[in-house]
Amino acid sequence: MTSNTLAFPASGVGALRQHPLVERYAPVATIVLALVAIWYVAAVLMNLSLVRDGFEREETPYTVSDLIAGTMSAERPLLPAPHQVIEAFTDSVFGYAPTAPRSLVYHSAVTLSATLLGFALGALLGIALALLIVHSRVLEKSLLPWIICSQMVPILALAPIFVVVLGAIGLHGLLPKSIISAYLCFFPITIGMVKGFTSPDPMQLDLMRTWSATPRQVLSKLRWPSAVPYLFASLKVAISISLIGAIVAELPTGAEAGIGARLLAGSYYGQTVQIWSALLASAVLASGLIALVGLSERIVGRQMGTRP
Amino acid sequence: MNAGRRSLGFMIAAAGMLAALVLPLSSGTAVALSARPMLLMLALAAALLFAIAAWTSGPRAIPLGLAGALCGAATTLELLRDESVVGSAASGYWAMVLAVWLGSALAVIQLASLWPRDHAYRRAIHLAVPLVFGAVVFYLWEVSVRGFGVSPVIMPAPSAAVARFIVSLPILGGDFVQTFVRGVLIGYVIGCGAGLVVAVMAQRFAFLGRGLLPLGNFFSALPLVGVAPIMVMWFGFDWPSKAAVVTLVTFFPMLVNALAGLSASGHMERDLMRSYGASHRQMLTKLDLPAALPFIFNALKINATLALIGAIVAEFFGTPTQGIGFRISTEAGRMALDMVWAEIALAALAGMAFYGLIALAERATTFWHPSYRT
Repeated sequence: MTSNTLAFPASGVGALRQHPLVERYAPVATIVLALVAIWYVAAVLMNLSLVRDGFEREETPYTVSDLIAGTMSAERPLLPAPHQVIEAFTDSVFGYAPTAPRSLVYHSAVTLSATLLGFALGALLGIALALLIVHSRVLEKSLLPWIICSQMVPILALAPIFVVVLGAIGLHGLLPKSIISAYLCFFPITIGMVKGFTSPDPMQLDLMRTWSATPRQVLSKLRWPSAVPYLFASLKVAISISLIGAIVAELPTGAEAGIGARLLAGSYYGQTVQIWSALLASAVLASGLIALVGLSERIVGRQMGTRP
Repeated sequence: MNAGRRSLGFMIAAAGMLAALVLPLSSGTAVALSARPMLLMLALAAALLFAIAAWTSGPRAIPLGLAGALCGAATTLELLRDESVVGSAASGYWAMVLAVWLGSALAVIQLASLWPRDHAYRRAIHLAVPLVFGAVVFYLWEVSVRGFGVSPVIMPAPSAAVARFIVSLPILGGDFVQTFVRGVLIGYVIGCGAGLVVAVMAQRFAFLGRGLLPLGNFFSALPLVGVAPIMVMWFGFDWPSKAAVVTLVTFFPMLVNALAGLSASGHMERDLMRSYGASHRQMLTKLDLPAALPFIFNALKINATLALIGAIVAEFFGTPTQGIGFRISTEAGRMALDMVWAEIALAALAGMAFYGLIALAERATTFWHPSYRT
């Protein structure tokens, strides 16, 4: 740092290199480009024998460039090239009506509805449990260890049971998936909110007591506002977990629609491009959901008057 | 909770036990309690203990309440051996169950509000409260499933799952080895190791670190278990595909946490090391890695559950005829829910033991950290 400040004023390239935007995004862009390049090379290498076998079976003469072109556009490649995935993705997003069963929009909407319902249930449950735990020492001592233990259980293993049990009661479709999502995502919210509700200073709590505030007033005027940052931090974690829960819940249930069903069908019929485009759709969904939570965090923060 | 309400609660519990002598035990033709001397003695003992607990003050009521709850629980569980009670339990039976629940709840509340001076006692109480709570939950589950005669297809009694667990130990052992020892452990070691190595490299070359941190954060929020079908296609049905999924799932949390941890050492310590003329390797092994240990252990703990989930989900996509995930999906298809619950218990035990071992290792290696020094 010191040597830089002592140096002569930076010339054109150097100034560009120190521009804040470049400094921030250049490393990310470089690594993304490197990953894409590695992906292309891997696609060529992994699909090579497949394509060569194809040519030899048809006994047509081929050159190296034919081979490489073949690996870029194979029907059922081991690893599809990035542009194939993007093509399939845009095709299945924009190529069909949003309600058609071949449209990724339709499948994403099915998964999204389960995710959002599960997320809402999980958030309510998580906040309610945190409230109970903060207000009762007995519950803190007896319930909290079990809540932590419940996360040691690989909860996704419960997915088939939930579906079987709820199906036996007569519930199908959205609710079993949402319950699995909720079960997965309540935990970070509970832990985060317990931390948030107990984050006010003892001094501030004492001040509330000197004003003879009721527990409800302490909650609404002190504990709840100071828990808001924790709430959004845990909501961000929870919503991505909720999406994972919804996708995995679609796997063992033999669901007909949803990103998980798309993955399962793709793996049954060897449609690799379909699997990859479903994965891409889930990535888009996840980042969109997290961005939404971030946006609402900023809006709430501005309304509560926090400084950026 | 004030003393008056507590003794009223114990009185109600005692009354509930006594009510079972009068009220019908089942809607069928079950023999009344008064005709079974053993059970009658137990029920009366429970009622007596609750009554004494109502009149004693302070912590002495705890053992009395717990003993009464134990007697009452024994009575109700023993009654379930009678075929005429199972599935058709009536008001007298449920009065006893409620009395047991009330008595044990009051005892637990009293126990949790104790705050002994002695450190060992306090730790014992910290352990006892959740244990008693869990025991009550399992008792209520068992009693209500069998008392109401819930179909085992919907919800098996915990005792049925335990019985199945013990009977099918060899199968469970095979599944454990296939899923946990082969899939989870190998993938976990590779994934966490690779994440740590890449983090160390990213700390050495700042450009790499600035590029990897946002990407790592992005990838660790993605539903990465979705790559399971691709891994099964690439690496076959056996454990390598599961290990590959686990590797991928555990890599990014470790990368992100280790990157945060490697920059946790303070400027003072760095300057001190530099003034000693420490080389890069010495900085890494003597300062940066030890300072990063709490973060690394945090990632190891997060990954312990993620790894198990990843392996089980990967088994839904194809597996040899063994493994926890395979067994769960096939047995759920055959409606053999007791076996499914036995597998879940196995997975839970494995997960808790795994987590516990990591926590022990953490205590042994990061004893210097403020959170353990108290």
